[in-house]
Amino acid sequence: MESRGLYGEIKANRRRSWFLAATIGLLLALLGATLGAVWGDPLTGLITAWAVAVVFLTITWYGGAQMTLAASDARPADPERDRMLINIVDEMSLASGLPRPDIFVIDDTAPNAFATGRDPQHAAIAVTRGLYQKLDRDELQGVIAHELSHIRNHDIRYTTLVAVSVGAIALLADLALRHMWWGGGPRRARNTGAGAIMVVVALLVAILAPISARLLQAAVSRRRETLADLSGAEMTRYPEALARALEKIAGDPEVLEVANRATAPLYIVDPIKEFEKRARGLLRTHPPTEERVARLRSLVLPDRRPGPS
Amino acid sequence: MLGYGLGLLGLLFIGLIVVVAGWVILTYNGLVTLRNQLENAWSQIDVQLKRRYDLIPNLVEAVKDYMEYEQDVLTKVTEARAQAVSAQGPAQQAQADNMLTRALRSLFAVVENYPELKANENVLKLQEELTSTENRISFSRQFYNDTVMRFNTRLQTFPTNLIAGILGFTAREFFETGEDAEREPVKVDLR
Repeated sequence: MESRGLYGEIKANRRRSWFLAATIGLLLALLGATLGAVWGDPLTGLITAWAVAVVFLTITWYGGAQMTLAASDARPADPERDRMLINIVDEMSLASGLPRPDIFVIDDTAPNAFATGRDPQHAAIAVTRGLYQKLDRDELQGVIAHELSHIRNHDIRYTTLVAVSVGAIALLADLALRHMWWGGGPRRARNTGAGAIMVVVALLVAILAPISARLLQAAVSRRRETLADLSGAEMTRYPEALARALEKIAGDPEVLEVANRATAPLYIVDPIKEFEKRARGLLRTHPPTEERVARLRSLVLPDRRPGPS
Repeated sequence: MLGYGLGLLGLLFIGLIVVVAGWVILTYNGLVTLRNQLENAWSQIDVQLKRRYDLIPNLVEAVKDYMEYEQDVLTKVTEARAQAVSAQGPAQQAQADNMLTRALRSLFAVVENYPELKANENVLKLQEELTSTENRISFSRQFYNDTVMRFNTRLQTFPTNLIAGILGFTAREFFETGEDAEREPVKVDLR
């Protein structure tokens, strides 16, 4: 992977993020307006939906990283005990020219890792204890490089904000559906033909909006995982180590207790293994592991040594 | 009529000047930012080299009692370090650092033969620190070279190439050790 190609990819990613943000804003508006229309006023509905999203996003912007880390039972790395981990993160910070992120350890034997934060100056990497018990130094380096790529490409901010927006859409749709199901909705709307149509439209929107939001989220997330694999490999100049690490993580039978549906897209390999198996291609937030491994192994880095270990 | 025409031309001319001046300012600032990144990347290499010089005496101290019959390996490391510390100029510096890398590699190879050393907590710790330092040195060089490439590409591509020279920016050289030793970094594996 040539440097300029990579920087071009990052720019393209930025454009895609704007597209995604606009689409999510529109979905929220549509959802709010339709629900508002059923209960009385579309504009009030629209403004309420946006207000909910803005509140959610503001809280996330300032507290999202801490909340994610706390929800994952992550503790700050110990300078003595986790020395090698800290060293590797330092090495990769040098390789990428980024400031060193805060380093956290999750006490769980299932190997996995994620990055979170707002921007490269406010970023954190969390690694499970299992990850650095089961991986060798090179493989660990590959994983950390992948996570630092997420930080450099601004994926961390994007992933958290999108997860929250998708959550907000799901929440609104859920509320609306419940309300309509349990006989909510104004009498007036039920007794006229136009009102009945409105209710049907609202039902459709409430069902389709969360699904389309998740499809979009998954599609962009898959691209970003692939990009982070490639730029991580460029950072270490040693794709094979990352490929091996992905195989080990995906092949590990242990379950990561602290991961849930909200934090799962953050991890380097989807920690919800059942989901990984059952999910239809379009809802996956990560490309299939075999595909990622194959892509890494097909990389040719001319006149590059295998990365230092 | 003539006056009006001149006025329009004059406006166009002023507009053009504003656009060109804006472009020059943006280009200049962009190049300065990149050049500062370059300087920073370069100084990182020095920081990591110093870190290595500081670690070596500790390592030698920790292993020397176990390695009575390998004194010449230890002496080589100590000498190479002394030379690297006192090296003058980039060329001599690079040469001395390469010598040090090779000396360290043979020291680690010898350590492999001493089971007591491989079990020694202190030695293990130092070994991890030194492994990391070797990595830091090569990764900071790699980042320096990546940045040089971005800087040079920017300088040499249109339209920046039209004014880069006038603004006083010149292409940088890549950091090359010119040594095969450098391409195969120290492989330390005690596990």
